[in-house]
Amino acid sequence: MTAPMISQADGYNFAYLDEQTKRMIRRSILKAVAVPGHQVPFGSREMPLPYGWGTGGIQVTAALLGTDDVLKVIDQGADDTTNAVSIRRFFARTAGIATTTRTAEATIIQTRHRIPETPLRADQIIVYQVPQPEPLSGLESSRTETSRMHGLADYGLMHVKLYEDITRYGHVSISYDYPVMVGGRYLMAPSPIPAFDNPKMDRMAALQLFGAGREKRIYAVPPYTEVRSLDFDDHPFRASRAPHTCNLCGADDSYLDEVVTDDKGGRMFVCSDTDHCEERRDGR
Amino acid sequence: MADETLLSARGLTLHFGAIPALVDVDADLWPGEVLAVVGESGSGKSTLLNVLAGRMAPDAGAVWYRDPIGALHDVHAMPAPALRTLHRSDWGFVHQNPRENLRMAVTAGGNVGERLMARGSRHYGDIRAEAISWLRQVEIDAGRVDDFPRTFSGGMLQRLQIARTLVTHPRLVFMDEPTGGLDVSVQARLLDLIRTLVRRLGIAAVLVTHDLAVARLLAHRIMVMQRGRVVESGLTDRVLDDPKHEYTQLLVSSVLSA
Repeated sequence: MTAPMISQADGYNFAYLDEQTKRMIRRSILKAVAVPGHQVPFGSREMPLPYGWGTGGIQVTAALLGTDDVLKVIDQGADDTTNAVSIRRFFARTAGIATTTRTAEATIIQTRHRIPETPLRADQIIVYQVPQPEPLSGLESSRTETSRMHGLADYGLMHVKLYEDITRYGHVSISYDYPVMVGGRYLMAPSPIPAFDNPKMDRMAALQLFGAGREKRIYAVPPYTEVRSLDFDDHPFRASRAPHTCNLCGADDSYLDEVVTDDKGGRMFVCSDTDHCEERRDGR
Repeated sequence: MADETLLSARGLTLHFGAIPALVDVDADLWPGEVLAVVGESGSGKSTLLNVLAGRMAPDAGAVWYRDPIGALHDVHAMPAPALRTLHRSDWGFVHQNPRENLRMAVTAGGNVGERLMARGSRHYGDIRAEAISWLRQVEIDAGRVDDFPRTFSGGMLQRLQIARTLVTHPRLVFMDEPTGGLDVSVQARLLDLIRTLVRRLGIAAVLVTHDLAVARLLAHRIMVMQRGRVVESGLTDRVLDDPKHEYTQLLVSSVLSA
């Protein structure tokens, strides 16, 4: 279900950003791909949407787009929420490119909080919107100290956090933005995707790019790179999901949203990936 | 092997502006030996400790450390990652104020386990068992393993810091006034504990103190510092019973006897 063509707005450069800015962002992207998991600073620009709505992701996407690209934008798994619709329209207007809601048809997928259930291919790029790129931010407040810790691969502190979780709750209580090691070297925040999606990052065929606009950082996971969720040998990482099936398509292996349906305690579980859910229903 | 030093310093000099903190200081430490550095406030003791541990760079002079396979390392020329590795495995640092070293928002077990995890331990059960075993060794009830350090007394905090430092079995520990700020009975118990652990584990230590009684109890050898210079050094009993330098004589004679 490709969206109807929206006519391109006049007076804007292709994909909104000027060419010099796009070159600057591409240089940071190249460096990020060369050092997987390492946060590369970039000159983040003011964008016509508020911080926290995807200013980092939208700049990375703008730097990547070509005239023949097909863009999909996801917000919490859904294609039809405000953020997703607005960013899709934004690029349809400023770049005149085709947009889609189908994962398989897209060449670039900008996402907030989810990785599509459909496995991505080598000819696709996924761009994550990142609020906080520093995985150690809640544990060590000094940026100077955290960059030193990254430089020396000194990540004992992150394991102390996991140790404390197991001691207090019996299991690791991090349910989203679950820290990962990239290529056995850099500790990385995977953006606030559910821990359920972490295994999809490991050796993914698609290029994964992360843009943090407010924090002015870009980082990347190149295709087929090892991404391992932190854990203990005797408390291995587990991808958890709500123990239900989707009320719409019946899937028992997808990530579910709990939706309140009335004020009498009624609720239902549905796939958070709307495209995945629709395809399953169409295919039945 | 016995004649090979673990740590050697030659010609250490460091000025803070016009103030000489260290003037041509030599020091040697042999494996399993405790060296006390004594002197009044401002004599350069803590500066010497920081320079020996590579935490502060001298204006001149060098510090050499011999690793377990016998290779010598210039502590101040080492790459930062190597020095960091040394500090979290082979070496330990015990601060006067345990709050500087401990993570107050992390349980006692997590505090003791941090160095193990930094070194690569990835088995929760083993880390926890090791933490409990170390709490016992520093005479903290094993039931306190999940308690936060803020619920501990001053003496317990210092013992917790020692457990956290010794858990990786360091060969060399730097101690900066480990009994400072504790009342006398707690000090005595802590000194007894340190002495037992250091003997049993064969740890070498550089101990900075202004308390000659602490030096007498723990140290094999002693260095007396005054205005950045070492004025006298030798076996602890010799220096304290038969002080040669007039400043040492003053220090020894000014100790109050109960």
